[in-house]
Amino acid sequence: MTEYIVLSAILFTIGCVGVLVRRNAIVVFMCVELMLNASNLALVTFAKQHGNLDGQIAAFFVMVVAAAEVVVGLAIIMTIFRTRRSASVDDASLLKY
Amino acid sequence: MSDFPWLTTLVVLPLLGAVVTGYLPSRGIIARQVGLGVALVTLVVAVVMATQYDVGGGYQFAEEHEWISAFGAHYALGVDGLGLLMVLLTVVLVPIVMIASWHETDPKADVFFAWTLALEAFSIAVFAATDVFLFYIVFEATLIPAYFLIGGFGREGRTRAAVKFLIYQLAGGLVMLGSVIGLYVVSAQAGSPSYLLSDLQGLSIDPTAQKWIFAGFFVAFAIKAPMFPVHTWLADTTEKATTGTSVLLVCVLDKIGTFGMIRFCLGLLPDASQWATPFVVVLALISIVYGALVAIGQDDMLRLIGLTSLSHFGLIVLGIFVFTSEGGAGAILYMVNHGIATAALFLLAGFAVRRRGTALISQMGGIEKVAPVLAGMFLVAGLAACGLPGLSPFVSEMLVIISAFDYAWWAGAVAVTAIVLAAIYVLWMYQRAMTGPTAADLEGFTDLDRREVGVVAPLLVALVLFGFYPQPLLDVINPSVEQTLTQVGVVHEEPTVPAAPATEGEGH
Amino acid sequence: MTNIFLEGGDHAVSHVPVVDPGAADGVLGLLWLVIALPLLGAVVLLLGGPLTKGRIDRWGHLLGTALPIGSFVISVLMFVELLGREESERQVSQHLFTWFETRGLSVGMDLLYDPLAALFLLLITGVGSLIHVYSIGYMAHDPRRRRFFGYLNLFVAAMLTLILSANYLGLFLGWEGVGLASYLLIGFWQHKPSAAAAAKKAFVINRVGDIGLSLGIALMFVTFGTTDFAAISAVTGEVGEGTLTALGLLLLLGACGKSAQVPLQAWLLDAMEGPTPVSALIHAATMVTAGVYLVVRSNFIFELAPVAQTVVVVVATVTLLWGAILGCARDDIKKVLAGSTMSQIGYMMLGAGLGVAGYAFAIFHLLTHGFFKANMFLGAGSVMHGMDDDVDMRHYGALRSAMPVTFLTFAMGYLAIIGFPGFSGFWSKDKIIETALAENLVVGILAVLGAGITAFYMTRLMLLTYFTSKRWEKGVHPHESPKVMTVPLIVLAALSVLGGVMIAGDWIVEFLAPVVGEVEHHEPPLPALVITLIVVATVALGVAAAWFFVGRRDVPREAPQQVSFVTRAARADLYGDAINEGLVVGPGRHLVSGLTTMDNRGVDGAVEGGSSAVGGLAQVLRTVQNGFVRSYALSLLAGVLLVVLTLMVVNFA
Repeated sequence: MTEYIVLSAILFTIGCVGVLVRRNAIVVFMCVELMLNASNLALVTFAKQHGNLDGQIAAFFVMVVAAAEVVVGLAIIMTIFRTRRSASVDDASLLKY
Repeated sequence: MSDFPWLTTLVVLPLLGAVVTGYLPSRGIIARQVGLGVALVTLVVAVVMATQYDVGGGYQFAEEHEWISAFGAHYALGVDGLGLLMVLLTVVLVPIVMIASWHETDPKADVFFAWTLALEAFSIAVFAATDVFLFYIVFEATLIPAYFLIGGFGREGRTRAAVKFLIYQLAGGLVMLGSVIGLYVVSAQAGSPSYLLSDLQGLSIDPTAQKWIFAGFFVAFAIKAPMFPVHTWLADTTEKATTGTSVLLVCVLDKIGTFGMIRFCLGLLPDASQWATPFVVVLALISIVYGALVAIGQDDMLRLIGLTSLSHFGLIVLGIFVFTSEGGAGAILYMVNHGIATAALFLLAGFAVRRRGTALISQMGGIEKVAPVLAGMFLVAGLAACGLPGLSPFVSEMLVIISAFDYAWWAGAVAVTAIVLAAIYVLWMYQRAMTGPTAADLEGFTDLDRREVGVVAPLLVALVLFGFYPQPLLDVINPSVEQTLTQVGVVHEEPTVPAAPATEGEGH
Repeated sequence: MTNIFLEGGDHAVSHVPVVDPGAADGVLGLLWLVIALPLLGAVVLLLGGPLTKGRIDRWGHLLGTALPIGSFVISVLMFVELLGREESERQVSQHLFTWFETRGLSVGMDLLYDPLAALFLLLITGVGSLIHVYSIGYMAHDPRRRRFFGYLNLFVAAMLTLILSANYLGLFLGWEGVGLASYLLIGFWQHKPSAAAAAKKAFVINRVGDIGLSLGIALMFVTFGTTDFAAISAVTGEVGEGTLTALGLLLLLGACGKSAQVPLQAWLLDAMEGPTPVSALIHAATMVTAGVYLVVRSNFIFELAPVAQTVVVVVATVTLLWGAILGCARDDIKKVLAGSTMSQIGYMMLGAGLGVAGYAFAIFHLLTHGFFKANMFLGAGSVMHGMDDDVDMRHYGALRSAMPVTFLTFAMGYLAIIGFPGFSGFWSKDKIIETALAENLVVGILAVLGAGITAFYMTRLMLLTYFTSKRWEKGVHPHESPKVMTVPLIVLAALSVLGGVMIAGDWIVEFLAPVVGEVEHHEPPLPALVITLIVVATVALGVAAAWFFVGRRDVPREAPQQVSFVTRAARADLYGDAINEGLVVGPGRHLVSGLTTMDNRGVDGAVEGGSSAVGGLAQVLRTVQNGFVRSYALSLLAGVLLVVLTLMVVNFA
């Protein structure tokens, strides 16, 4: 089972680094999804390990939340892109001091 | 009628009046009339209540309802002599302030009147609360109307003054909250928690805890009173606010500080109060001299009058903390007298400033010539502030000085310099503002009209009346002082060589 | 503590009579009315003006004059009643009401009528009434005459309260009341900045003296638990001398303020800014002598505090010379008289400081001085009235023919003050000098010297005003004053001449004995007749000197500037104002401005600085909010890592 956990950790790290270093909002968004799915993988693995369904139920919750997030998130990214002609997160830095 | 909830009526009536006045659809004159009407009804209710007060009967008109049982908080009201006088002072001054500010706060007079009524309600609740938690709540609640009164009406820069006032007071309130919580802990450890004064007085609080709780209360009350060095909000506020607001602040709201010292510091924490006495006495003496000296240096009339209060509050605090029956009685009497004298002084200065268009003393001069009634009344009020015998503050000042001298000769010697310094700031102000050659642009300066004379005259009559016959006030005060001193556990000191008190020919 | 200065004073306790009044009955029951009448006048005149829109202006001054006369009539009736009584029954008291009462102390509005108060009552109401009558004429053209009479009545009421009160707190009430009236009257013409400043100066310096009186009262409460004269006089013997000395010195400080004694003398000359009747009534005849009254009234304290008595003598001696020197150099007629008042009060204080032997003579001199000084002030007022309110004597000269009545009455006062044999001042001053010589040679000689200087400056005043050549301003036509002003002058002149009758057969000494006690007269170092001769010779010397320096020469209309150091010093009030300025006012002003700055910058600065500090910190911290999502995410990650690591450390360490 360790392999699944290691894979999950690798995926999560990739997602994490992606969120931090990439500029394109779409890519950042994908990386967030990657992190969510990495955690899903971990949850399912632990469910299998413990022999109960708790982890799987939690994974379903995460999927539902992720779906909702995609809807809202993509809509926001689309709006930003329409107004600025760019999907770079660094351009949208008006919300500051 | 003995079960009638007098105090609740006194709190609710102006509060309802405030809401009605504030939200009355027709602005202007009707709102003002309604506001004044409510204030007058409150005054009548308070006077009727006072006639039923039994001198020497401890807390009266008590009401008590459980409020938050988990904290031991109650809705509990009641007044003793001290509380009664403060309530009466409040209800008397509010209509006077309203009439004096009749035109001054246009066009938002209805707002001014509404906040004034709200302030009256909360102040009465503070003076009547016999539950520490309730006291804390209304103590903080007074800041809301006060903030809007300062920030909404007055001169340029009032917003800044209002914020400064609020931050000062909130800081004090926060420190006090610590002490309020501390009292809960102490009370809970002793059994079931209760915030009732009567329950808290029965506790024997550990000396260390007492000191901490005392410190919290004292800081809050010292800011409120105010005392050196936490007084700077006072000068700014009185300079910027309208004089009506200043009267409410200095003559009513500031009394909460000294009221609290007697009620909570002395009443609940006697050992800590005795422990802190040397420190407080020194602070009070500094306030007396410092306030007077700084007042001498002011050119702004309203700021000057504000700073004189620093000196007077120093005397009041001194009287409270020397723990003698004379000092206590003098301090409480001073609270009443200072309220009357300073209110008159503020209002008259306000009339002069409004006519002259500036509060700078150096821009005035020769007003006596064109407005003799204004100048005459101003002089009487000023002389009262500097403690001239025959006017009421003298009796209280003398009592305080005597007891300060009794405490330590140097304390008396420092306190007594106040009478010289007070003469300097009052008479110098009078000399520069009222006497001398009349400036050419003073031509249009009119004397006081009937409304203005009528609103100050009762205060001046009270000053003279209580100057020659303060006994009715002292009859109410004395039992209250005795009770406080009994709680503190001070024994009455006999004079060194007691002289035979009365020979024949004296009727007592 | 031994008596280091006074020689051979016998201060046995038995000499100090105890104040032990009986109840006021009969005519003496009217005691309260003596105060109430002028008080009523003050209230009616001061409040009635604005209330009736000035309609009482027409008869206000008549009411204001009638009421003190009413008090005078009652005073005379009571005096006659008192004379008819046994010596032991000559003290009565009247309890009006309880002023204030706390657990530890009770202060009553009590009045005390005894021989001392009786004499003062006659002086105040008698001379006061004359001055009221005089003022009707003097203030005839002043638009605010009604108010003037209101203030005068207020003064009379306060002064009577001071004299009649049976305890120190009541005395303090009157004490401050006369101070207030003095303030209002000095500044009566307050459109003049100099008058307003002089009024404030007088009040503030008096308040410095009041520190002493207030603390004295506090000390009495702490020591005795009361301020009743009667109660205190009964037990002073049981108190340590240190306490009594402190008490005596504190009371003396109060007396110095009110009576313009060194070092609190600076206000009296400036007080001459007030209308002349005010100078006559308040700053010559009555109020300024309140300090003497206080010392005599407190005899039960001073008798047992010899050190305090010595200080009284020193202060008095310095003042009597100080005032006399001031009088020599001034050209303002009222200021010369003011300096002379200071000097004469110095004589009274000297008498009071000499103890039992001197009290009666102090009061005697106080009364005669009240007559002749009021006479001379009113005479000076009459001169000013004729000279268009010019006060500079260098503009007078040869007025004796233009104002015969004023001249003659003034001359009576003049002869009285220099101590011309037979006139009232001769008897009273001579007695004080005699007693002083008996007690201490140095003080006595200085007192004789003072008498010589008095003769000099008063002769100078007489010569400059009524003799020498005419130096009038253009357009001035001196004329005699109306009857309403000269009649009081004539009455006062008669009193100045005849006042000495009180000492006939030692009447005043025996009359006052129940209050101040009696001693066997000390043998003076020389026979009394020789002393009298020496004094008269000194006075003659002073007169001759004045004749030599002033009368024989031409008087320049402008004061010469090339004068000796002594003259310059005397013109500058012996640098009294400069000393006050340098030692008190100047440093005080710096202290005030320093403190004001400190309050704004330091104390308030700490608060404002706190708020700026918070603001500055926020300026720095807000740059963290840079708007980049990445950096927020990074801090999020860092936070998560921190939490996780902490958990791991806690769980596994």
